[in-house]
Amino acid sequence: MAYSEKVIDHYENPRNVGSFGKDEEGVATGMVGAPACGDVMKLQIKVNKDGVIEDAKFKTYGCGSAIASSSLVTEWVKGKSVDEASTIRNTQIAEELALPPVKIHCSILAEDAIKAAIADYRKKYGGEADADKKAAD
Amino acid sequence: MTSPRHPIYLDYSATTPVDPRVAEKMIPWLTENFGNPASRSHGYGWEAEQAVENARVEVAKLVNADEKEIIWTSGATESDNLAIKGAAHFYKTKGKHLITMKTEHKAVLDTMRELEREGFEVTYLDPQPDGLLDLEKFKAAIRPDTIVVSIMSVNNEIGVIQPIAEIGEITRAKNIIFHVDAAQATGKVDIDLAKLKVDLMSFSAHKTYGPKGIGALYVRRKPRVRLEAQMHGGGHEKGLRSGTLATHQIVGMGEAFRLARLEMKAENERIRMLRDKLLAGLKDMEEVYVNGDLDHRVPHNLNVSFNFVEGESLIMGIKELAVSSGSACTSASLEPSYVLRALGRNDELAHSSIRFTLGRFTTEKDIDFAVKLLRERIGKLREMSPLWEMYKDGIDLNSVQWAAH
Repeated sequence: MAYSEKVIDHYENPRNVGSFGKDEEGVATGMVGAPACGDVMKLQIKVNKDGVIEDAKFKTYGCGSAIASSSLVTEWVKGKSVDEASTIRNTQIAEELALPPVKIHCSILAEDAIKAAIADYRKKYGGEADADKKAAD
Repeated sequence: MTSPRHPIYLDYSATTPVDPRVAEKMIPWLTENFGNPASRSHGYGWEAEQAVENARVEVAKLVNADEKEIIWTSGATESDNLAIKGAAHFYKTKGKHLITMKTEHKAVLDTMRELEREGFEVTYLDPQPDGLLDLEKFKAAIRPDTIVVSIMSVNNEIGVIQPIAEIGEITRAKNIIFHVDAAQATGKVDIDLAKLKVDLMSFSAHKTYGPKGIGALYVRRKPRVRLEAQMHGGGHEKGLRSGTLATHQIVGMGEAFRLARLEMKAENERIRMLRDKLLAGLKDMEEVYVNGDLDHRVPHNLNVSFNFVEGESLIMGIKELAVSSGSACTSASLEPSYVLRALGRNDELAHSSIRFTLGRFTTEKDIDFAVKLLRERIGKLREMSPLWEMYKDGIDLNSVQWAAH
């Protein structure tokens, strides 16, 4: 299978590989996929007091496109507010990486990973997020 | 890291290069000696016919058969089709049941599926966890109306050698036609059809340093095995397979099989040494599993699962090596290998498998390079793998509730 240059670049030079310490303040984790399906993504975000994602890390078990999709979203979510990050769609990921149709599921999984990390963040630090939301309303 | 040549070919079970000595023998039969072997009225035809018959003798010699028992085909897929459908159709008044294994090549499995659509019944036997056929289960699967059994000699993915001699004793005693796909076996295991009670055997040239597009089917004469032709036309090959014979391809297959007969003993020893070196270089890594039995196995094959690393990403990471995950015929799909699944390997291990197949032109340098590269890249991918991290943290992955997608 021929991969796009961007996929190869992310695969060979993955951005932000790793994990945050479990007790670090503002860290939330999303883990999606299943070993049986050949893809598991773990995405961690580190959110500051202003609700901005100041750092992100990933680990992925999966094909080159899955690794590239998760590497890309760590770059994209950095500097975004949690709400902004939640608007990232799989179609944007697939387009950026020029994923072929058989690899679209990798971009869907990456979107799911962002959603799962944000859900974990809201669960852990929900009060603040809800307060923000109410204030905005 | 520099490689002796890029990429290093370790996929000899997908296909082999034509040996230069074989290619040289083929060329004149394309240009000067272009006659149709079926032409009886001039020297061009006679010459070509003689070359075809010489090649037939060489193919027969490698497997200790009579040359009259060798039928030319386009390859092992066609041979499998002709053998299984041909025998099933001819003997259908005797019964409608066939037996095979779940780890057979698709050329056998899909042919069986087609026969099922025609009304035949097929039993697909599970292998033991080591990939080998359980003879007791095999005996138990035989019915009074069983007419054909098809079991491969050497498995294309894991290289295990099935107990063909023992199966032949069982089928002959019950008057059942026994077909063997030997595409991966020629030049690798000794085949003596004077001793083996095999009725039909499929061969391919391009797995044994001959050209693609040519193969053969052995059809036993004593006791005589009958087939219904699948290809009709000019009545070539005793009416079993019509079509003008491809002289140059046939000459190539004959020469390739002649070389295999002369050189296989020394070659297999050399390749076994290299395969064992490759295995030794990998087996001390954590969570590395060899798929299939190591003793009943051709020396050319090593199929290994590197747990917690996904196979496709590993292949991408070792692009300096030409290897495959699963077989070439199924690796275009996202499904894990059906052969490894049939062995009872879990999905993770089936997803993490790489097939290394060594051959005539593999060198010790190639293996040294491969070992170094694999250790480095697997380490890198594991650092990136959340499953490896969980394993290292002592988490049982089976206890995790995964969201299947």
